[in-house]
Amino acid sequence: MNVTVDEDKCCGAGACVLAAPDVFDQRDEDGVVVLLTAGPDASEHAAVREAAEVCPAGAITVSDS
Amino acid sequence: MSSETAVSGNGRGSALSYPLPLEDALEPPAAWAVLREEAPVAPVVLPSGDGASLVTRYDDVKQVLSEPRCTRQLDADDAARVSANESGGVFNDSMAESLAGAGQQRWRRMLTKWFTAKRMTMLRPDIEAMTDRLVDEMVERGHPADLKACVGFPLPVWVICALLGVPDSDRDRFARWSDMLLNLTRYGQEEIDAAQAQFHAYMAGHLEAKRADPGDDLLSTLITTTDSDGGRLTDAELAATGQALLIAGHETTANMIGKMTAMLLADRTRWERLVADPSLVRTAVEEALRFDANPGFGMPRYVKEGVEVAGAEVPRGSTLVCSMAAANRDETAFEDAGRMRLDRSPNPHLAFGAGPHSCLGQSLARTELQTVLDVLLRRLPTLELAVAPEELRPVEGLVVGGLREVPVRW
Repeated sequence: MNVTVDEDKCCGAGACVLAAPDVFDQRDEDGVVVLLTAGPDASEHAAVREAAEVCPAGAITVSDS
Repeated sequence: MSSETAVSGNGRGSALSYPLPLEDALEPPAAWAVLREEAPVAPVVLPSGDGASLVTRYDDVKQVLSEPRCTRQLDADDAARVSANESGGVFNDSMAESLAGAGQQRWRRMLTKWFTAKRMTMLRPDIEAMTDRLVDEMVERGHPADLKACVGFPLPVWVICALLGVPDSDRDRFARWSDMLLNLTRYGQEEIDAAQAQFHAYMAGHLEAKRADPGDDLLSTLITTTDSDGGRLTDAELAATGQALLIAGHETTANMIGKMTAMLLADRTRWERLVADPSLVRTAVEEALRFDANPGFGMPRYVKEGVEVAGAEVPRGSTLVCSMAAANRDETAFEDAGRMRLDRSPNPHLAFGAGPHSCLGQSLARTELQTVLDVLLRRLPTLELAVAPEELRPVEGLVVGGLREVPVRW
């Protein structure tokens, strides 16, 4: 799995952090998403897909490569 | 005033009155399914008498809320007014103006960093302690009790007071002001004006105190923070921030606590499933947010440049009203949309909006709702409605939907 985030689209809602706290964080300065790992463990895949689905800004992209 | 011809009619002649009447406090209006199917951009008449177009499909609501051409400039000369009262309600008041002056994006950035998921999760033990105390008081008074008045209404104000560094001894006054500022229909203009004046006077004194002796609360942080351009929020903007938090975070969350509990108890197998498996609380809260058939008005947008929605041309100067609740019941987006599935995942519902303006406080709302549910399941596993679900009555308010009372026993 390969994860990318679009900081410009991010609206800082933090839904991704609540869904997958080991993969996503928010910057202290402005709450914008921080990707902790672009290639999360298989155990995180379901949570990461959920984070991408629920992101209100559509700022998370997941590909299966 | 957007013209009635903004969007071509659905062939039935007259426009629907909006908000649509609720036949049942917990069930969606039957018209939603018809509108999604036959008139995804439907002409409606708002309480002000102005015309707008109602958007009900999931994909369309998401598109409009994320679309930069669909703006929040509802004070434009030709924008539809939501209600006819002079203040224009919460969609168009001095707070919004003051914050627009500050540059909404700059203000949002300064607040967003305070409302991160991590920080809200850190508040959880405090929120839990507050909830336990409110449940203690409710249990002491005995049943039947109104869960909304005992827990739903006070908890979000207590949380906002904690965020603002308002002392515990002042939070009942805060709750009263909040109630008066938000319930435009229940109080007279004089009472509302008096509450507004008292609230502003209190906030001025409170800001003074925070400036002299800053704490680790949101206001103290905002007072001392400069943004990347070296700018600071003015006192008017700081006071407006306090009011904005009440408007955005009190009545909405208070009502959602009541509705969530009522939905889970209306079919008690839902409640029993959560008692048996509290690990479902997180997804159950999301499903309650999705399933809420009575969240209130929806999100109005002023169309600044023509856009296409559901294949229809929506010309510049139109006003669109997004029904997130109707979108959340869209069968093309959610399997079994009409069923409350406590383990639904993912659940990309639109209860908090979508796009760059989606709810800033959603992590806080989620944390509050999850905590309340956790505490109620732990403390009152025998909780049940003290009236038949059909007897629950919706509130009269225009902006935020909810139940008047949620009578329970245990």
